[in-house]
Order: sequence, then structure tokens, then C-alpha cells
Amino acid sequence: MSFHIVVCGSLVPDPLQTLEPVQGPTGPGLKNEMMLPSVLDPWAAHALYEAAHLAANTPDCRVWLVSLGPKARLQQLMMNIAQKVPFELVAIDGPASGFADAYEVAAALTAAIESIDGLDRSRMLLFGGRASASRDAGVTMQMVGERLGITDQFLAVDKLKVEDGGALRILERIEGGRYLASICEGPPAVVAWSTGGLPEPPNNPQVGMQNMRTIMPALQKAQPVALEAEGVVYANVEVPQQRRETRIVKDVPVEEVARDIVEWLRSG
Amino acid sequence: MERILFVADAQLDGSLPKIAREVLASAVKLSGELDGATLTVGLIGGDVQAAADSIAGCGAAAFLGAAGDDFAVSRYSSDAAAAEAMVRKSEATLVVAPGTARLARALPGVAQRVGGRIDSHIAGFQVDAGTLRVERWFYRQRMVAVMSRSQRPWLLLIDSGVFDALDGAEGSATVEAVPVEVPRARTQVVGEEAASAEAQTIRPDADVLFVAGAGWTKKQADGQAHVPEAEKLILGFLKQTGSSLGSSKSLVDQSGEGQAVLSFMSHVNQVGQTGSTPRHPKGLATCCHGEEPHVVGWRFIKERRAVNIDPGCGWAQGKADVLYVADAFEVMSKVNDLLGGG
Repeated sequence: MSFHIVVCGSLVPDPLQTLEPVQGPTGPGLKNEMMLPSVLDPWAAHALYEAAHLAANTPDCRVWLVSLGPKARLQQLMMNIAQKVPFELVAIDGPASGFADAYEVAAALTAAIESIDGLDRSRMLLFGGRASASRDAGVTMQMVGERLGITDQFLAVDKLKVEDGGALRILERIEGGRYLASICEGPPAVVAWSTGGLPEPPNNPQVGMQNMRTIMPALQKAQPVALEAEGVVYANVEVPQQRRETRIVKDVPVEEVARDIVEWLRSG
Repeated sequence: MERILFVADAQLDGSLPKIAREVLASAVKLSGELDGATLTVGLIGGDVQAAADSIAGCGAAAFLGAAGDDFAVSRYSSDAAAAEAMVRKSEATLVVAPGTARLARALPGVAQRVGGRIDSHIAGFQVDAGTLRVERWFYRQRMVAVMSRSQRPWLLLIDSGVFDALDGAEGSATVEAVPVEVPRARTQVVGEEAASAEAQTIRPDADVLFVAGAGWTKKQADGQAHVPEAEKLILGFLKQTGSSLGSSKSLVDQSGEGQAVLSFMSHVNQVGQTGSTPRHPKGLATCCHGEEPHVVGWRFIKERRAVNIDPGCGWAQGKADVLYVADAFEVMSKVNDLLGGG
């Protein structure tokens, strides 16, 4: 069994940045959005690492990263992730805003996947994050899967194991801190990852050199898409005032601290 | 005029989870606030009669069911087929559903099939001059928006803890079986597994979220790490209070950095930017540090207290109601003694 793994993943603002919403001519966005440092969307990054790991341990696999974002910011992002794992980039030039509509994002991703040369969809595993760190919807992968006619879908996956015979044993997070275990006959399947089980790979300059051969041409031929969030009206977007008046309890005997905590726990 | 469909999945014992009754309450409220709106209930499960009876008096005009072996387990292909059939049968314009793992996976595909749109993690409703607006968070709980849509059907996945659960609606419901064209199942559900073999530590309905930070496994004042003692203290507290356990840092990160890891901690305990943002009435954070990416993990905790030896701790300053500047090992040992009657 070999796989053609397509990973959907884009950029999000570095989580350490302060984010401030602003109203633009086409809807809400982030202040200085084009200037914000970006990272690969965390759950999608886990999906990419899992894809590369699976490909490295399975013969005749290929990995594509389909990424939707402003071309200039995608180029910066690639400088950071190109040395991590081998992949072929498929770039789409468009907004990476959390306020973009998942339905329109799904349409753009599907069109890009359908245009991939050499992709065998009968062997396809469609990977992505369980949700983005921008919109945090958790719906886009399922819609892309539907558009591609894939009805074996898994959300919030932490483990995928290829069984003897090619079946996929998959663990999905469910309520109560438990996993749902399923066995899928094989590809095609949608696998939207949680954190998986792999740490971030160290940079490898050789991998970077290999990736850059496809990254720059992919960026050059990135097709522009307009995401207009048709039919959506944002009445208000704000950063809530969350600051609390924190009471500092210091230089107090530990017994007193413990009593205070227990009284609080036992109160209404 | 809106036609509202409330969709929920019945559990193996035939009951509805608390989140489903919360979301049903929101659907009932919505049907009262939108002029001329009607409410239909759709239930998916092995046997849905008990679930329907438990909410028979909710005011729904009809109860639809997709029941049988095909729907006893959580599987995308059969769940999506069932929900799609219900949306089409009811001609719903609004679909309201709890954001359970099962429906959060299935309904986005249903939205695609019926030409609708979907929004998830809904944290509130407003009806203004006959227009429905929903509240949801963006950028992982860092900003909140109020939005509306013109497209229908509009599917809405509601978070837990947003509405009070509907109670006292038991009765006898007549459930109409909806014909569902179930595709051949290429996926077999083989069971459930605990994320951690050591202890059950996630309790979504608990009153208290206990957040254990990476500090528990780091070297203490004597220059040594005390992981077994930390485990004993944390598990002792969880056992006595029935609290749910959260972790402030990714287990993957910790193990990848060569740090010791609490044996009962798993990926699913993680809260924050790449974890969950659970809703509990109270939260007690211990040995936690860090800035926004981690701190968003207790965005929806109402009363927050923290124990940390650093008075400038970014996790607590301005985010907690009370910060105890103290050694968490000593404090939790005493807390456990007091809870145990010592």
C-alpha cells in the first residue's frame, strides 16, 4: 500500500502576537495583518509532520502541502518550514483571515487539489488540522472531503496506523478524554489531526534545498482567489476586556492558603 | 419563517447527553423568539425512543428518528446520511446541534451536501428585528464576533455550557422513522479507548478544572524533580473533588524537550492554543506559567484561582481572581488533608 497524502494547511499569526480586529472595506480583519509574523497553523503542522512520517515509512508515497494565503506571506512561511520535512507545495494566493468563510475556503482548496498533476485520488489521504487557529471552525476538511467525494472521514485524530493488508486503524478524540477506535478499509479518507504523536522535526538543510526546488515555482504560479464571505454580516468584532483584578495572597502560611482554597471549592 | 431542526445523537443507553439538553433549550428559546418559527427534533442512535420520550414535552411539532445498528455507533458516513435525510425531510432553514464529537464531524459535510453553510462553537444567540445573529470566538478565543448569514439552511454547532439544560419535559413522543440511504460502510468502529491507561482525568461536567502546569515536573528548591509526589498529590485532589484535569503545555512538547511527564497526562488534557477551552464554574491552576497561547485554555472558566511561586506569573496576573504566591506541593498537600477531613 502506498499513499498520496495531501495536507491542507496555511499560515496563522504567531500566537505570541497581540491581535486587534479592524474593519476593512470587505469586512473584519486584523490590524497590520500583512506585517504580522506567521507560523504554520499548529494542528495542520502536526498533520504535515504525521504525513511526512507516514511517507518516510511507506514506499512510493508523495506528500503535497496545499496552502492558501497571501503569496508574500506564504513565501515567508516557507522559509521557516521548508527545512522540516519533504513536501511539494501547492500555493493558492488569497486571504488567510480567520474571518474568511469556510465554505469558500473549501471550494478553493478543492479546486487546487483537483489540479494536482500526478495525484492518484484512489490512494489519497487528505490530511489537515482538526481546526485552524484563526477561524477555529473545524468544518473545512469535511467540506473538502465531500467535494472530493470522500465519505470516510475522521476528526481530531491522534493516531493512524497502517495495518497488514493496508487498512487504517485510527484513533479520534471524543468526549470524556477518550478515543474512538475505527478501522477504515483504506484510502481515500479524510484525516483531520489533533496533536498526533510526533514532535516538531529539527531543521534539515538538505530537506530545505530539496523542497525549495518546488516551492518557488509553486509560489510563482499560485492562482489568485477572492474570498468574499458572501452572505455573512459581521455586526461586531471585538477583543473582550478580560483583565481581572487579581488579588495577590503572599507571605501567608501554607495552612491558611489551603483553608482558603478548600472554603472556595466548597462554596456554591 | 424559519423551520428549526434540532439534531442530537442518543447515547448507547438511549439517553441524551447534557449538552444536547442545553442546546435543545436554546432551540426552544429560538423558536419562540423568531416569528412563526417551527421546531422539529431529529435523533440519531441505536434506539432513539427513550431519548425522544425524555424531551417529549419540549414543544417540538415533530420527532424524526434514524435508529438501528447503522446508527448505534459514531461513523461519518452513516451519521452524515442520517442528518442529511433529516434536513431534507424537515426542509429545515436552521439546524441547531450540540457540538459533540460525533455531530461536529458529520454536520459540516451535511452542510456541503444540502448547499447550506455551517458555523461552529456558537456561544450565544441574539434575535434583533427578526434577524438571527450568533456569537462566536475567533483566533482561538482571542476575539469575539456577532454575525449573521443570509444563506439557508444554516447549520449551527453549539458549545457546551452556553445554555441551561432543558429539564422536566419527559413524556411520550411519536417518532417518525426517516428513510436513510446508508452507503456501504468502509469504516468499522471497533470500540473506545482511554487516552491514558493510568486514570480517568477528563470530566466535562465537573465543577472544577484543575490545571497542572509544567512546573510540577521541574526541579524544586532542593534541586531535584519530584514527579511521583506530584502525581500522588494531583491524583489525590482529583479523586477527592471529582475535578477535571487540564495541562497547560503540550505533552508532545514536554516529552520532545526531554522533560519528565506525569504518567496519567495525555494529549487530551491539554488546554490552550492547541488544546481545548473547557467550560467549568471554577478553575484552580497550579505551577502554570506562560502567556496568551496557554492562558486561552481557561478563557471560559468563571472563577479562577492560581498557585504559583512567581507573583508576576503571566498565567495569573490579570487573568485569575486570586493568586496564591506559594509552593504548590505544600499547598496541595494541605488541601488534600483538609478535603480528606485531616
